[in-house]
Amino acid sequence: MVKKTKSLSLNFGPQHPAAHGVLRLILELDGEVVEKADPHIGLLHRGTEKLIEQKTYTQALPYFDRLDYVAPMNQEHAFALAAEKLLNVEVPIRAKFIRVIFCEIGRILSHILNVTTQALDVGALTPSLWGFEERETLMTFYERASGSRLHANYFRTGGVHKDIPSKLVEDIEKFCKSFPKIIDDLEGLLTDNRIFKQRNVEIGVVSKQEALDHSFSGVMLRGSGIPWDLRRSQPYEIYKDLDFKIPIGKNGDCYDRYLCRIEEMRESVKIILQCIERLPKGPVISIDNKISPPNRDDIKQSMEALIHHFKLFTEGYRVPKGDVYTAVEAPKGEFGVYLISDGSNKPYRCKIRAPGFSHLQAMDYLIRGHMLADVPAVLGSLDIVFGEVDR
Amino acid sequence: MITKLQKLEKLINAELSSKILNSSINYDELLIEIKDINLVDVVQFLKLNKNCKFKQLIDIAGVDYPENERRFELVYLFLSHELNIRIKVLIKFQVEQTINSITKIFPSANWMEREVFDMYGVKFKNHPDLRRILTDYGFKGHPLRKDFPLTGFNEVRYSEKEKKVIYEPVKLEQNYRNFDFESPWEGTTYIKEVKKLDKDGKKN
Repeated sequence: MVKKTKSLSLNFGPQHPAAHGVLRLILELDGEVVEKADPHIGLLHRGTEKLIEQKTYTQALPYFDRLDYVAPMNQEHAFALAAEKLLNVEVPIRAKFIRVIFCEIGRILSHILNVTTQALDVGALTPSLWGFEERETLMTFYERASGSRLHANYFRTGGVHKDIPSKLVEDIEKFCKSFPKIIDDLEGLLTDNRIFKQRNVEIGVVSKQEALDHSFSGVMLRGSGIPWDLRRSQPYEIYKDLDFKIPIGKNGDCYDRYLCRIEEMRESVKIILQCIERLPKGPVISIDNKISPPNRDDIKQSMEALIHHFKLFTEGYRVPKGDVYTAVEAPKGEFGVYLISDGSNKPYRCKIRAPGFSHLQAMDYLIRGHMLADVPAVLGSLDIVFGEVDR
Repeated sequence: MITKLQKLEKLINAELSSKILNSSINYDELLIEIKDINLVDVVQFLKLNKNCKFKQLIDIAGVDYPENERRFELVYLFLSHELNIRIKVLIKFQVEQTINSITKIFPSANWMEREVFDMYGVKFKNHPDLRRILTDYGFKGHPLRKDFPLTGFNEVRYSEKEKKVIYEPVKLEQNYRNFDFESPWEGTTYIKEVKKLDKDGKKN
């Protein structure tokens, strides 16, 4: 006799530790098998795009810290690049190096968080305790450069806000020398761990074609074996002069994505070390005072500098008419800014392309046919941060 | 890079001549403007043609120009991994028009179109599930339209008395003030001047 079963709908979240933020996932279950997943997002929607339309370009920048708050400077980078493209500003070479150093620090910050919380979701507590110690060190680097641990507001159109002291460079170097050991420790806990593998291997498999169809980018794309990294294929800043490898997965499952992230951290360390070795001297922000503020001494001495300062912090700068799309390889994937300027001092429209948005969209397709217990594992490997998904 | 784009521009203009209204390359980016009824055909062509291979939809951006007759614009951003190029496809249309959905061609357009619907109120034909996505349940209005106020209409708070979350009309101690800091001295010619000087490679 065939017994009729009724599917059960289950609310996962909005407040659930494994939901990585405020995600409400409505699951339809047949026994323990997921039949359908309907993510409800927007619980952290703050209207960033609308707010940016009301602010000058300088004022708009801090909003980007609040998108993917795990790796703030990578987002700022995309916006700074977009404005620079429209204004046609030359960024000093030292600023480019500093930007790359901090973007890679951001990548390590994000990957530590993701790898360790993914482990936490499948039952391993220790990695997150070890990982967060390193994150703390990295955030002090953020603090020493910009004055705050998370919402840095450090990049500017035309460079970065302030130069970094040589002691900080030394400390970053010291960290880079010791950090690979920590990655080894994390790997020792996870990579060959039987439970971790059972929970991740062959879970959430993405084929090449599907990765493209679902607009995946970053590790989600590379995990499925597509060699694509914007740092390599559409290089910005100084990436084309740097020597680094791009780890590619084979099977496109959660475990491969984990391995990719681990390897990317090692590559980031290498990139930072190269940058430190070659870090040139010089200005860190464009010397064009129509775009970047004059320094404090000049304001006391020169009338022109004082006027520039005043104009920059009231009117801001005007950006020529036009529209540009710039994308950077953020830790989570392709983070893009589509900026339309109408020639005034405020962006007319600023569309933010967040990688997590398309990744989360594929949740339904990824989780169908999996068990309920796989939901946190897949969600963990998508690397979702609601700051950027909801904007 | 530029020659690659120019080649692509030529190819698209030749193959789709009747469907392309306008094409331009600015800031090393190719933008083509098409009629909204041809959207699906053009997207299909861009995805399948062996000289285009735009296999990935990056994003759909809505833009609102309230003063224009055709008020809304949609910009579709595509990326071709194999050829390493990007393209922007632009359509302009009026408020009440419905646009053909491209979810059949790119499944990832689903949420992107939902977002445009949510933010601008643009309706898509043949969309499998056109619901709001980012705004609150039961939200009214389309926040990214230029005539939607920044402060919104309703605010939410927890009421101790009623023991639940309640909605109230927005009450601000001080209204949102939008200062006009744009330089009054140079007047409207200022922008033109900047442009002129830009061509000489100098900023004013």
